[in-house]
Amino acid sequence: MSSRKIRVLVAKPGLDGHDRGAKVVARALRDAGMEVVYTGLRQTPEMIVEAALQEDVDCIGMSILSGAHMALFPKVTELLKKEGVDDILVIGGGIIPEDDIPALKAAGISKLFGPGTPLEEIVEFVRNNVKKA
Amino acid sequence: MSADKLVEGVLKGKRRSLARLISMIENEDPSADEALSTLYKHTGKAHVIGVTGPPGSGKSTIVARMTAELRRRVRTIGIVCVDPSSPFSGGALLGDRIRMQEHTLDSEVFVRSMGTRGHLGGLARATSDAVRAIDAFGKDIVIVETVGAGQSEVEVVELAHTVIVTDVPGSGDDIQAIKAGIMEIADIFVVNKSDLDGADKKVTEINAMLDIAPNMEDWRPPVLLTNANSGEGIPELVDKIEEHMKYLHESGTLETRGLKRSREELEKLMEYKLTRELLTKLQGTREYDEAIKKIAERKDDPYTVAERLIAEFLVKHRE
Repeated sequence: MSSRKIRVLVAKPGLDGHDRGAKVVARALRDAGMEVVYTGLRQTPEMIVEAALQEDVDCIGMSILSGAHMALFPKVTELLKKEGVDDILVIGGGIIPEDDIPALKAAGISKLFGPGTPLEEIVEFVRNNVKKA
Repeated sequence: MSADKLVEGVLKGKRRSLARLISMIENEDPSADEALSTLYKHTGKAHVIGVTGPPGSGKSTIVARMTAELRRRVRTIGIVCVDPSSPFSGGALLGDRIRMQEHTLDSEVFVRSMGTRGHLGGLARATSDAVRAIDAFGKDIVIVETVGAGQSEVEVVELAHTVIVTDVPGSGDDIQAIKAGIMEIADIFVVNKSDLDGADKKVTEINAMLDIAPNMEDWRPPVLLTNANSGEGIPELVDKIEEHMKYLHESGTLETRGLKRSREELEKLMEYKLTRELLTKLQGTREYDEAIKKIAERKDDPYTVAERLIAEFLVKHRE
């Protein structure tokens, strides 16, 4: 009767106050049967990583619309590495210029979803790529 | 992760071990039972505070403020917040952490969100074991925030030493206050959003209800006004919690309740394990499906069949 549920942390790093997109994604993941921990606005990378560890999530999904993604996304993966965590899938979304994507991927952000991404695509990606057994 | 390693991690204060153990408890992983049974002797030290009340009455904000006040009094804290899982998708949106952001980076505070996963009563099935894990981890105080409770979600009383019931002004008349259920479980009442009209009236109504309640214990639940947004009334609330802790110790109530709780827990656990054992034996077998079909076709009745199946199960297990 053991039942494993996918747990996702949806976070808004940085200072922009636009969380409509994050909420829509959170809702879609919830409707796909996942447990979504939403932590609200203005999170530092340290707060995101700490919350992810305490909540033992399978995936961290971050949304940034302010342009700070090059600074904040890699900081999160760096902190995870420092904690010795290698089994949390990290994905991002928001306004991310194409040119920035290779560098973000190299930094350990597995996938970046831009505006207009169908929600099913995000749900499927999470479902197929979480790493924990 | 193996049970032994988890136990070692939890006892050493490693938060990732604790986090993983709670997931295993939630997922009903057999290793979790093993770990909990080893950890049991390290538990019983934490004071457990339950916070319950209707949705939107300020539970999360009160918990966050209480935590800040308790930290000022150098207590270490674990928090379990329960939110409902969808009965349709099984998913959940766990949003209680939003109010607790200020404590995220405090290493003496551990916060865990939990979906009910189909369990009724205001908590998840895993909540009491998660509280126990946090107790073994060494936190002085564990706060359990229930789902937004209606009238009958009173399970938290089985788990908490001190139950705080929150309410807000304007939520029903004095008859609501004397109905059975949630109004009976409070050790402390909090009327939050004290800046709203009718706050004093609410306090009066609850006090009037307490006036006509038969006095079972020497502790009369105080009715406090708070404004969790501004923090008003929170130090007084924490004072009352500490007073209640003292009362439980000195009156011997803690001991009697502890016995009662152990009995209830044991019985619940046996019931659960027995049912699970029985159902794993039956489900998927042809005879079982046959029996169900007969009941649906009115060729047999569920009362007789249940008696028979249980009797067969018990006989088989006597050997």
